[in-house]
Amino acid sequence: MAERAEHNEETGSVGHIAPAKLYVAIWAVLMVLTLTTVLVSMVDIGPMNIVVALVIATIKGTLVVLFFMHLRYSPKLTMATVIAAVFWLFLLLSLTMTDYLTRAWSTYPGH
Amino acid sequence: MATSDMGDIQVAERALQHHFADMEQQRETSSFGMWMFLLTEIMFFGGLFCAYLVYRASYYHAFVEGSQKMNITLGATNTAVLICSSLTMALGVRAAQMGKRKLMVVLLLITIIFGFGFLGIKAVEYHEHWVNHEFPGPNFHFETGDPAHPATDAQHTEIYFSLYWAMTGLHALHMVIGIGLVAWLVIAGLMGAYTPHYYNPVENVGLYWHFVDLVWIYLFPMLYLISKKH
Repeated sequence: MAERAEHNEETGSVGHIAPAKLYVAIWAVLMVLTLTTVLVSMVDIGPMNIVVALVIATIKGTLVVLFFMHLRYSPKLTMATVIAAVFWLFLLLSLTMTDYLTRAWSTYPGH
Repeated sequence: MATSDMGDIQVAERALQHHFADMEQQRETSSFGMWMFLLTEIMFFGGLFCAYLVYRASYYHAFVEGSQKMNITLGATNTAVLICSSLTMALGVRAAQMGKRKLMVVLLLITIIFGFGFLGIKAVEYHEHWVNHEFPGPNFHFETGDPAHPATDAQHTEIYFSLYWAMTGLHALHMVIGIGLVAWLVIAGLMGAYTPHYYNPVENVGLYWHFVDLVWIYLFPMLYLISKKH
């Protein structure tokens, strides 16, 4: 099975060992993105502020999950479960908001 | 060297539970179990995120007012501290995978120091909010900076602060637990419990630590960076 973590020949370790340089690179990108999100928040771009903030947070989160948490090297079952969790969170948030954001509609005249 | 290898293999054999075929299967199962736990954690924090979304949509103005009281410098510093701690944690797991026991212990100790650094900075912020009566309850007091939205804003700002304390408080509790778990790894690591064949606890505590970092990555922009009126 290709997706099973390979047996490391050198150390005899089970599981994939990522290079230290990769971790440092991910760390550097995360630090730059943190600075970016603070600087962007200082500029008023209206409703785009929250969009940019959440997009940056999601990029950071994805990097953490894929590399620091080894999801990239994990079995497909783990990936499927993570995707399911994100989908379930999306259901929780979106279905709640379809309720709250549309409650005022019925108070409009003629309804 | 040869004796140490023999020792490692003996530790590995002792670590393999009888209901698993091999170390590989045991490792994948253990890691999958940890992921399942973290998914329940996503839904746990998800409830608070959901409450935040509902009230932010309803009382956006009050949320902007409340977020003006946040110390962005301390918040951003804490974000950086957590990212650094995640790096040392990831490198610590890597050291465990490679069987570098001393390096692993040192990296985990640095991770603990970063963890206490985060909690220390958070405590400074909490203290600031506490003495300014920005804690929900009978002593809550909020002077709105905008005369156009007087009394209701102050009331709705209390909701913002309730969410702030609940979300960052739950996160801080996870940090405290995380520090305890890493300390346990340090002690067990010093006693030689982990080898390149068996390091499941190190990997799983690492997953937990990164998850707590991940939660903060969202909390920081949501609570501190709501509007540019700093």
